[in-house]
Amino acid sequence: MAEIQIKGVAKSFGAFTALHSVDMTISDREFMVLLGASGCGKTTLLRIIAGLETPTKGEVWIGGRRVDHLPPKERGIAMVFQNYAVFPHLTVFENIAFGLRMQKMPQAEVQRRVHRCAELMHIEQLLKRYSGQLSGGQRQRVAVARALAMEPEVILMDEPLSNLDALLRLEMRSELKGVLAESKTTAIYVTHDQVEAMSLADRISVMNGGHIVQSADPVEVYRNPAARFVAGFIGNPPMNFLPAEKVGSGRYRVAGTDVAGPDTDTRIDYAIRPEDLTLAEPGQGLAATIRVVEPLGAHTLVTCDVDGASFRAVIDSDSRVNPGDRLSLAPMADRVRWFDKETGLSVQ
Amino acid sequence: MPRYLPYLLLLPATVFLIIFFLYPFTQVAIESVTSNGEWSLANFQKATSHWKFGEAFKNTMLLAALVVPIQLVMSLTMATVVQKLQKGRSAILYIFAIPLGISDLAAGLIWLSIFEQSGFLNSMLVGLGLIEQPILYLSYQSPWIILFAIVLAEVWRATAIMMVIIVAGLGLIPREYGEAAEVFGATRWQRFYKVTLPMLRPSLQTALILRVILAFEVFAVVIALGGTQMPVLMSETFNWQFNLQDRGVAAAYAMVILAVSVLFTLIILRALHVPKEART
Amino acid sequence: MSDTATVAPSVRKAGRWVFVSGIVLLCVWTLLPIYLLMVNALSTPEEVNGFPKSFIPSFDLSSLRFFLEFEGVLNALWNSIRVAVVTMILSIGFGAPAGYALSRFDFPGKEVFRFLVVMTRAFPLPLLALPLAVMFLRVGLDDSVLGLALVHTTLALPFAVLITYSLFSGIPFELEEAAFTLGCTRFQAFRKVVLPLAAPGIAASAVFAFVISWNEVFAAAVLTIKNRTLTAFLMQSLDWSPLHLKFAGAAALVLPALIFIFAVRKYLFAMWGIANR
Repeated sequence: MAEIQIKGVAKSFGAFTALHSVDMTISDREFMVLLGASGCGKTTLLRIIAGLETPTKGEVWIGGRRVDHLPPKERGIAMVFQNYAVFPHLTVFENIAFGLRMQKMPQAEVQRRVHRCAELMHIEQLLKRYSGQLSGGQRQRVAVARALAMEPEVILMDEPLSNLDALLRLEMRSELKGVLAESKTTAIYVTHDQVEAMSLADRISVMNGGHIVQSADPVEVYRNPAARFVAGFIGNPPMNFLPAEKVGSGRYRVAGTDVAGPDTDTRIDYAIRPEDLTLAEPGQGLAATIRVVEPLGAHTLVTCDVDGASFRAVIDSDSRVNPGDRLSLAPMADRVRWFDKETGLSVQ
Repeated sequence: MPRYLPYLLLLPATVFLIIFFLYPFTQVAIESVTSNGEWSLANFQKATSHWKFGEAFKNTMLLAALVVPIQLVMSLTMATVVQKLQKGRSAILYIFAIPLGISDLAAGLIWLSIFEQSGFLNSMLVGLGLIEQPILYLSYQSPWIILFAIVLAEVWRATAIMMVIIVAGLGLIPREYGEAAEVFGATRWQRFYKVTLPMLRPSLQTALILRVILAFEVFAVVIALGGTQMPVLMSETFNWQFNLQDRGVAAAYAMVILAVSVLFTLIILRALHVPKEART
Repeated sequence: MSDTATVAPSVRKAGRWVFVSGIVLLCVWTLLPIYLLMVNALSTPEEVNGFPKSFIPSFDLSSLRFFLEFEGVLNALWNSIRVAVVTMILSIGFGAPAGYALSRFDFPGKEVFRFLVVMTRAFPLPLLALPLAVMFLRVGLDDSVLGLALVHTTLALPFAVLITYSLFSGIPFELEEAAFTLGCTRFQAFRKVVLPLAAPGIAASAVFAFVISWNEVFAAAVLTIKNRTLTAFLMQSLDWSPLHLKFAGAAALVLPALIFIFAVRKYLFAMWGIANR
């Protein structure tokens, strides 16, 4: 049983604050993804959990045990590093066996575990090789096998796929998901890639500026972003925003159309995802002038001008459109979201 | 991780450098400006008023002025030539670097075997019938030949260290810059002069500082080839310390060497300064 | 290449010829003097002192035997080795931990230390022998192997620090962190991961320290009287020693240095060049 609790963890490097009092609970066997742009504090948080960094304030609990004062080796964790950190002076076998040997495990058990993990990661035929003879993808597999061999309660991964090329990344992603689901360990995974986050996570914690902005399951994060930052960060292309002018109780004027919205006195923005727009009869939706057309195969991305603001829509690739065309874009009413202009938080 | 660990690791080296570098240098400095337990410039007066001081100073400067520019040009040539090699690059580099391991005394003796009266130069010239009798080159009557032999020995021995630093420096310059310059129409010479050389400034800086300071310390080569015919600052320091047993004057000499070394270091740092913003 | 394409083939061929002969010339310039020294060392004393000289050695060992049997030479050789070995141990023993600290930690005072190390470069270090001669006399280190080795360590230590610094910087800290998460303490991670990876480079920098000490003349001549090193012995005997003694001695000085430089040739440029920046 390894539930992880982060209680008020903060970290500063000199004058720079990397983390502002973060609280988070990750339940046993959960796959948690920490998502954010570089410098948001996600890697710092992961390294604090691993014991590679000491928090300035706060507590870390793993499996009911307070661990923030313990060295990494006493925390029951294993870690996969961004550059794999496969030891160049050891064979693949010895790399996977490294942690087991540190525990002075009997040779037979070492053999058994190394072979089982190598099999799991499909690298049995590489056991005698050195890191220099491996491709990036193979090194990645060794790094994961080495972590799994420890049979840890928690497995920590720091951008493990970011150094692979696109195709390999796709392959490793689904493989990782399967292997980790089977191993029944709690996993924390750091990435800046939202697609990776969406596809792997049981729960995503979106981080920005040393804060956790939203922590929820992938669909929730996508559909109901808790803040404008999340709405802009998740989804490709990101959500569109338009200024809304209050014209009555719960009534707003957006780009020349009248829209129903939340009844609030704060100033708010209107937001809609590009794929939640449909082509409508003239006068039925938002009036848009196309500036750029990007056919993407399955659909076409158009960048338009709506009421002087840049605005994107994903439309069917059969609708032939050209720059300069005028469109009418109708938003799906239940997909419209509102965000506070000042705080950036979602308003309902 | 304990906070004091880095300090613990630095402690031995720091203590060592304080005891055996900072402290002795203060000692020489103090020694040079005291005589009979009082502050005085007597040591400097004694050193400079001796007829050999002017000679030694002139010779040291002259040697540095002759040797270092030749070495700079040679090491740059060697480094760029080696870069163009496709085959046998590492073998040639190793051959060029060999003198790096040879002491100045051995270098002096090696060139002595060429220039002495029964040496290889005379053997060759007589063998070719160019001269009839072996010539005495290294004599007080021909100080210019002694100087020439010393310059050759120094260039032979100490060009390697500059070349190694420059080769390593060239290795750090990405090829794209030269290729970009080529695309924009720079000739080979322009590429070297306008792209490579400016980007090489940090390496040139180190190489020159190292070489100039070593040039002021020239000692064993001079003794081996010139004996006492060609006084230099370092040999005079040795002479005052050992043969004349006057540590104060030796210390004054040391301060003179130190002063020119620091002065030239500052000049080189200034001349080849790379602004922080322009560093890669 | 645009500029070669416009040049006539004959000119290009001529350029190639100049290039190759230039390299050959530079190699001859480097190797010939060493060859000539070896010719002298491998000829009889009579041949060395005779005229004209042959450019091919007679492969006679009597000059070398004369040198080795000369009073004080074996002792000087032994002293040179001992001083160089102590210098090697001291400079790596003090320098490598400092290089490791510089490569792995950020801490207040780091720049001050780096400045101290780099500053040693602007000073004529053999001059240290002058004040240290007095100091050693007081503490009984005068004319001793350890005393000279301490001075040579001031020469070799800054290089050892900078070379090991670049060496350790080349080993990703991530590897050590991986070892931490796999159950290592800081010391175990160093021993099991960093040390095996850095060992060849550390050995190479130890060899450099050895060569620096082996070749040093001034401090050796100032600090030793009875316990001369080989350089000090040759230096002090220049006035009266016969030619064959000088050249055999020079050959004895050159040979180990050549072997050592050959042994570490792989590291010559990577370390020496970059550590010097």
